[in-house]
Amino acid sequence: MNAQELLQIADDELILGWRDSEWTGIAPSLEEDVAFSSIAQNEIGHARALYELVSRELGTDADSLAFDRHPSEYRCAALVEQRRMDWAHAIARHFLYETADEIRLAALKQSDDGAVAGLAAKMDREEVYHRLHARMWNDRLQAEPRYEDALVELWPYALGVLAPNQRTALAKRVGREEVDAIERNGHSDELLELREEMTMVRRSVPGATW
Amino acid sequence: MIYEVFRQEKKGAAFAHAGSVSAPNMTFAEAFAHEQYGRRQESEALWVVPREAIREVHDFPDELHRTYHRVDGYSLKEKLRLARERAGTAADR
Repeated sequence: MNAQELLQIADDELILGWRDSEWTGIAPSLEEDVAFSSIAQNEIGHARALYELVSRELGTDADSLAFDRHPSEYRCAALVEQRRMDWAHAIARHFLYETADEIRLAALKQSDDGAVAGLAAKMDREEVYHRLHARMWNDRLQAEPRYEDALVELWPYALGVLAPNQRTALAKRVGREEVDAIERNGHSDELLELREEMTMVRRSVPGATW
Repeated sequence: MIYEVFRQEKKGAAFAHAGSVSAPNMTFAEAFAHEQYGRRQESEALWVVPREAIREVHDFPDELHRTYHRVDGYSLKEKLRLARERAGTAADR
Protein backbone atom coordinates (compact mmCIF):
# COMPACT_ATOMS: atom_id res chain seq x y z
CA MET A 1 0.00 0.00 0.00
CA ASN A 2 1.25 3.37 -1.07
CA ALA A 3 2.00 5.71 1.86
CA GLN A 4 0.46 8.68 0.03
CA GLU A 5 -2.84 6.85 -0.40
CA LEU A 6 -2.96 6.03 3.31
CA LEU A 7 -2.14 9.64 4.12
CA GLN A 8 -5.14 10.75 2.07
CA ILE A 9 -7.41 8.64 4.23
CA ALA A 10 -5.68 9.67 7.45
CA ASP A 11 -5.97 13.36 6.53
CA ASP A 12 -9.65 12.93 5.61
CA GLU A 13 -10.37 11.33 8.97
CA LEU A 14 -8.40 13.92 10.95
CA ILE A 15 -9.93 16.94 9.24
CA LEU A 16 -13.48 15.56 9.22
CA GLY A 17 -13.10 14.56 12.87
CA TRP A 18 -12.07 18.13 13.60
CA ARG A 19 -14.92 19.61 11.58
CA ASP A 20 -17.51 17.36 13.22
CA SER A 21 -16.15 18.26 16.65
CA GLU A 22 -17.05 21.89 15.92
CA TRP A 23 -20.62 20.83 16.77
CA THR A 24 -19.67 19.80 20.30
CA GLY A 25 -21.84 21.81 22.68
CA ILE A 26 -24.14 23.20 19.97
CA ALA A 27 -25.61 20.13 18.20
CA PRO A 28 -29.43 20.05 17.84
CA SER A 29 -29.94 18.04 21.05
CA LEU A 30 -27.88 16.86 23.99
CA GLU A 31 -28.07 13.26 22.78
CA GLU A 32 -26.94 14.24 19.30
CA ASP A 33 -24.17 16.30 20.80
CA VAL A 34 -22.78 13.24 22.57
CA ALA A 35 -23.25 11.01 19.52
CA PHE A 36 -21.69 13.37 16.97
CA SER A 37 -18.80 14.22 19.28
CA SER A 38 -18.16 10.54 19.88
CA ILE A 39 -18.09 9.91 16.13
CA ALA A 40 -15.69 12.82 15.70
CA GLN A 41 -13.39 11.31 18.32
CA ASN A 42 -13.51 7.95 16.55
CA GLU A 43 -12.49 9.54 13.26
CA ILE A 44 -9.52 11.21 14.91
CA GLY A 45 -8.60 7.86 16.48
CA HIS A 46 -8.65 6.30 13.02
CA ALA A 47 -6.45 9.10 11.70
CA ARG A 48 -3.98 8.46 14.48
CA ALA A 49 -3.81 4.71 13.77
CA LEU A 50 -3.28 5.38 10.06
CA TYR A 51 -0.60 8.01 10.72
CA GLU A 52 1.20 5.53 12.98
CA LEU A 53 1.15 2.92 10.25
CA VAL A 54 2.50 5.36 7.66
CA SER A 55 5.03 6.88 10.05
CA ARG A 56 6.83 3.55 10.43
CA GLU A 57 7.37 3.49 6.69
CA LEU A 58 8.41 7.14 6.50
CA GLY A 59 10.57 7.09 9.63
CA THR A 60 8.63 9.76 11.51
CA ASP A 61 5.77 9.73 14.05
CA ALA A 62 2.03 10.25 14.02
CA ASP A 63 2.05 13.72 15.58
CA SER A 64 4.60 15.00 13.08
CA LEU A 65 2.47 13.78 10.22
CA ALA A 66 -0.69 15.24 11.71
CA PHE A 67 0.69 18.62 12.73
CA ASP A 68 4.10 19.41 11.26
CA ARG A 69 3.61 19.07 7.53
CA HIS A 70 3.37 22.13 5.34
CA PRO A 71 -0.29 22.95 4.59
CA SER A 72 0.29 22.14 0.92
CA GLU A 73 1.34 18.60 1.91
CA TYR A 74 -2.04 17.71 3.40
CA ARG A 75 -3.84 15.24 1.16
CA CYS A 76 -7.40 15.64 2.46
CA ALA A 77 -10.40 15.92 0.14
CA ALA A 78 -12.18 19.24 -0.39
CA LEU A 79 -15.34 17.69 1.09
CA VAL A 80 -13.91 17.51 4.61
CA GLU A 81 -12.11 20.86 4.58
CA GLN A 82 -15.22 23.00 4.46
CA ARG A 83 -16.51 24.56 7.61
CA ARG A 84 -20.23 23.84 7.37
CA MET A 85 -22.07 25.07 10.42
CA ASP A 86 -25.61 24.28 9.41
CA TRP A 87 -27.00 20.89 10.29
CA ALA A 88 -28.29 20.04 6.79
CA HIS A 89 -24.78 20.36 5.35
CA ALA A 90 -23.13 18.64 8.31
CA ILE A 91 -25.41 15.62 7.90
CA ALA A 92 -25.24 15.64 4.09
CA ARG A 93 -21.46 15.57 4.32
CA HIS A 94 -21.53 12.90 7.03
CA PHE A 95 -23.85 10.69 4.97
CA LEU A 96 -21.89 11.09 1.71
CA TYR A 97 -18.55 10.63 3.44
CA GLU A 98 -19.55 7.52 5.38
CA THR A 99 -21.00 5.94 2.25
CA ALA A 100 -17.79 6.67 0.32
CA ASP A 101 -15.66 5.52 3.24
CA GLU A 102 -17.44 2.16 3.28
CA ILE A 103 -16.41 1.55 -0.35
CA ARG A 104 -12.85 2.64 0.36
CA LEU A 105 -12.56 0.48 3.49
CA ALA A 106 -13.92 -2.57 1.69
CA ALA A 107 -11.06 -2.21 -0.82
CA LEU A 108 -8.49 -1.66 1.96
CA LYS A 109 -9.64 -4.82 3.74
CA GLN A 110 -8.55 -6.73 0.61
CA SER A 111 -5.05 -5.23 0.72
CA ASP A 112 -2.06 -7.59 0.33
CA ASP A 113 -0.45 -5.67 3.18
CA GLY A 114 -1.63 -7.49 6.32
CA ALA A 115 -1.17 -4.46 8.59
CA VAL A 116 -3.31 -2.30 6.30
CA ALA A 117 -6.02 -4.94 5.89
CA GLY A 118 -6.08 -5.56 9.65
CA LEU A 119 -6.41 -1.88 10.52
CA ALA A 120 -9.12 -1.41 7.88
CA ALA A 121 -11.11 -4.25 9.44
CA LYS A 122 -10.79 -2.69 12.90
CA MET A 123 -11.85 0.72 11.63
CA ASP A 124 -14.79 -0.78 9.80
CA ARG A 125 -16.09 -2.33 13.04
CA GLU A 126 -16.53 1.22 14.40
CA GLU A 127 -17.64 2.73 11.12
CA VAL A 128 -20.68 0.43 11.19
CA TYR A 129 -22.11 2.73 13.88
CA HIS A 130 -21.17 5.87 12.00
CA ARG A 131 -23.06 4.53 8.99
CA LEU A 132 -26.10 3.67 11.10
CA HIS A 133 -26.06 7.17 12.50
CA ALA A 134 -25.63 8.75 9.05
CA ARG A 135 -28.42 6.66 7.53
CA MET A 136 -30.96 7.36 10.24
CA TRP A 137 -30.41 11.09 9.80
CA ASN A 138 -30.49 10.75 6.01
CA ASP A 139 -33.84 8.95 6.25
CA ARG A 140 -35.20 11.55 8.58
CA LEU A 141 -34.13 14.61 6.58
CA GLN A 142 -34.76 13.19 3.12
CA ALA A 143 -37.95 15.16 2.52
CA GLU A 144 -36.39 18.46 3.62
CA PRO A 145 -35.51 20.72 0.66
CA ARG A 146 -32.57 22.19 2.57
CA TYR A 147 -31.10 18.73 3.01
CA GLU A 148 -31.53 17.82 -0.65
CA ASP A 149 -29.90 21.12 -1.66
CA ALA A 150 -26.96 20.31 0.60
CA LEU A 151 -26.59 16.84 -0.95
CA VAL A 152 -26.65 18.30 -4.46
CA GLU A 153 -24.09 20.93 -3.54
CA LEU A 154 -21.70 18.49 -1.86
CA TRP A 155 -22.06 15.63 -4.33
CA PRO A 156 -19.11 16.57 -6.64
CA TYR A 157 -16.96 16.94 -3.52
CA ALA A 158 -18.03 13.52 -2.24
CA LEU A 159 -16.95 11.88 -5.49
CA GLY A 160 -13.50 13.41 -4.97
CA VAL A 161 -13.06 11.41 -1.76
CA LEU A 162 -12.68 8.21 -3.78
CA ALA A 163 -10.29 7.01 -6.46
CA PRO A 164 -11.80 7.31 -9.97
CA ASN A 165 -12.43 3.56 -10.23
CA GLN A 166 -14.58 3.60 -7.05
CA ARG A 167 -16.86 6.51 -7.98
CA THR A 168 -19.43 4.61 -10.01
CA ALA A 169 -20.09 2.41 -6.98
CA LEU A 170 -20.70 5.49 -4.84
CA ALA A 171 -23.09 7.00 -7.40
CA LYS A 172 -25.03 3.75 -7.49
CA ARG A 173 -25.15 3.48 -3.72
CA VAL A 174 -26.51 6.98 -3.12
CA GLY A 175 -28.70 6.95 -6.26
CA ARG A 176 -27.15 9.95 -7.98
CA GLU A 177 -25.77 10.65 -11.45
CA GLU A 178 -21.99 10.63 -11.59
CA VAL A 179 -20.71 14.16 -12.27
CA ASP A 180 -17.22 15.67 -12.52
CA ALA A 181 -15.52 15.18 -9.19
CA ILE A 182 -13.75 17.92 -7.28
CA GLU A 183 -10.28 16.44 -6.96
CA ARG A 184 -7.74 16.59 -4.17
CA ASN A 185 -5.60 19.42 -5.43
CA GLY A 186 -4.99 22.66 -3.66
CA HIS A 187 -6.59 23.69 -0.42
CA SER A 188 -9.08 26.30 0.64
CA ASP A 189 -8.37 29.11 3.08
CA GLU A 190 -10.69 27.29 5.45
CA LEU A 191 -8.18 24.45 5.77
CA LEU A 192 -5.38 26.92 6.49
CA GLU A 193 -7.43 28.48 9.28
CA LEU A 194 -8.24 25.06 10.70
CA ARG A 195 -4.59 24.05 10.60
CA GLU A 196 -3.60 27.22 12.46
CA GLU A 197 -6.04 26.34 15.21
CA MET A 198 -5.20 22.64 15.21
CA THR A 199 -1.46 23.20 15.58
CA MET A 200 -1.64 26.15 17.98
CA VAL A 201 -0.57 24.26 21.10
CA ARG A 202 2.12 22.29 19.32
CA ARG A 203 3.62 25.42 17.78
CA SER A 204 3.55 27.33 21.07
CA VAL A 205 5.68 24.72 22.89
CA PRO A 206 7.52 22.60 20.31
CA GLY A 207 8.28 19.11 21.54
CA ALA A 208 6.05 19.33 24.61
CA THR A 209 4.53 16.11 25.89
CA TRP A 210 1.70 15.51 28.35
CA MET B 1 -40.27 10.57 22.99
CA ILE B 2 -38.38 9.47 26.05
CA TYR B 3 -36.63 6.11 26.09
CA GLU B 4 -35.33 4.56 29.28
CA VAL B 5 -31.95 2.86 29.05
CA PHE B 6 -30.82 -0.08 31.15
CA ARG B 7 -27.19 -1.08 31.19
CA GLN B 8 -25.51 -4.41 31.77
CA GLU B 9 -22.01 -3.93 33.05
CA LYS B 10 -20.71 -7.49 32.68
CA LYS B 11 -21.98 -10.61 30.96
CA GLY B 12 -24.49 -12.31 33.24
CA ALA B 13 -24.99 -9.26 35.47
CA ALA B 14 -28.45 -7.79 36.03
CA PHE B 15 -29.42 -4.82 33.90
CA ALA B 16 -29.70 -1.63 35.92
CA HIS B 17 -31.33 1.65 35.00
CA ALA B 18 -28.70 3.94 33.49
CA GLY B 19 -30.73 6.97 32.47
CA SER B 20 -32.86 8.11 29.57
CA VAL B 21 -32.51 9.56 26.10
CA SER B 22 -34.86 11.79 24.17
CA ALA B 23 -35.24 10.62 20.57
CA PRO B 24 -37.78 10.87 17.73
CA ASN B 25 -37.97 7.09 17.23
CA MET B 26 -36.45 3.77 18.26
CA THR B 27 -33.66 3.89 15.65
CA PHE B 28 -32.45 7.21 17.01
CA ALA B 29 -32.93 6.02 20.57
CA GLU B 30 -30.71 2.99 19.99
CA ALA B 31 -28.04 5.06 18.30
CA PHE B 32 -28.10 7.69 21.05
CA ALA B 33 -28.03 5.06 23.81
CA HIS B 34 -25.15 3.31 22.07
CA GLU B 35 -23.01 6.45 22.21
CA GLN B 36 -24.27 7.76 25.54
CA TYR B 37 -23.83 4.58 27.55
CA GLY B 38 -21.40 2.50 25.49
CA ARG B 39 -18.71 4.64 23.96
CA ARG B 40 -16.31 4.15 26.88
CA GLN B 41 -16.64 0.37 26.91
CA GLU B 42 -18.65 0.67 30.12
CA SER B 43 -21.44 -1.64 28.96
CA GLU B 44 -21.79 -5.21 27.83
CA ALA B 45 -25.33 -4.66 26.54
CA LEU B 46 -28.18 -2.15 26.77
CA TRP B 47 -31.95 -2.38 26.93
CA VAL B 48 -33.73 0.56 25.35
CA VAL B 49 -37.41 0.84 26.27
CA PRO B 50 -40.04 3.47 25.40
CA ARG B 51 -41.07 5.09 28.67
CA GLU B 52 -44.76 4.36 27.93
CA ALA B 53 -43.97 0.65 27.94
CA ILE B 54 -43.01 0.87 31.59
CA ARG B 55 -45.82 0.50 34.15
CA GLU B 56 -45.23 1.94 37.55
CA VAL B 57 -46.66 0.18 40.60
CA HIS B 58 -46.29 2.28 43.71
CA ASP B 59 -49.07 1.83 46.26
CA PHE B 60 -48.21 -0.64 49.01
CA PRO B 61 -50.63 -0.12 51.94
CA ASP B 62 -49.73 -1.76 55.25
CA GLU B 63 -52.36 -0.27 57.52
CA LEU B 64 -52.27 -3.15 60.01
CA HIS B 65 -48.47 -3.48 60.14
CA ARG B 66 -48.42 -7.14 59.21
CA THR B 67 -44.76 -7.68 59.86
CA TYR B 68 -45.18 -11.41 59.26
CA HIS B 69 -45.09 -10.61 55.52
CA ARG B 70 -41.42 -9.88 55.91
CA VAL B 71 -38.84 -12.60 55.38
CA ASP B 72 -37.13 -11.93 58.69
CA GLY B 73 -40.23 -13.40 60.37
CA TYR B 74 -39.17 -16.92 59.47
CA SER B 75 -36.18 -19.10 59.99
CA LEU B 76 -36.28 -20.72 56.60
CA LYS B 77 -32.86 -22.31 57.01
CA GLU B 78 -34.08 -24.78 59.61
CA LYS B 79 -37.24 -25.57 57.65
CA LEU B 80 -35.18 -26.17 54.51
CA ARG B 81 -32.75 -28.45 56.38
CA LEU B 82 -35.61 -30.63 57.61
CA ALA B 83 -37.20 -30.77 54.15
CA ARG B 84 -33.90 -31.86 52.62
CA GLU B 85 -33.51 -34.54 55.28
CA ARG B 86 -36.94 -35.90 54.40
CA ALA B 87 -36.10 -35.85 50.70
CA GLY B 88 -32.76 -37.54 51.34
CA THR B 89 -30.80 -34.74 49.64
CA ALA B 90 -29.27 -33.26 52.77
CA ALA B 91 -25.99 -35.20 52.79
CA ASP B 92 -23.76 -32.92 50.73
CA ARG B 93 -24.85 -29.69 52.33
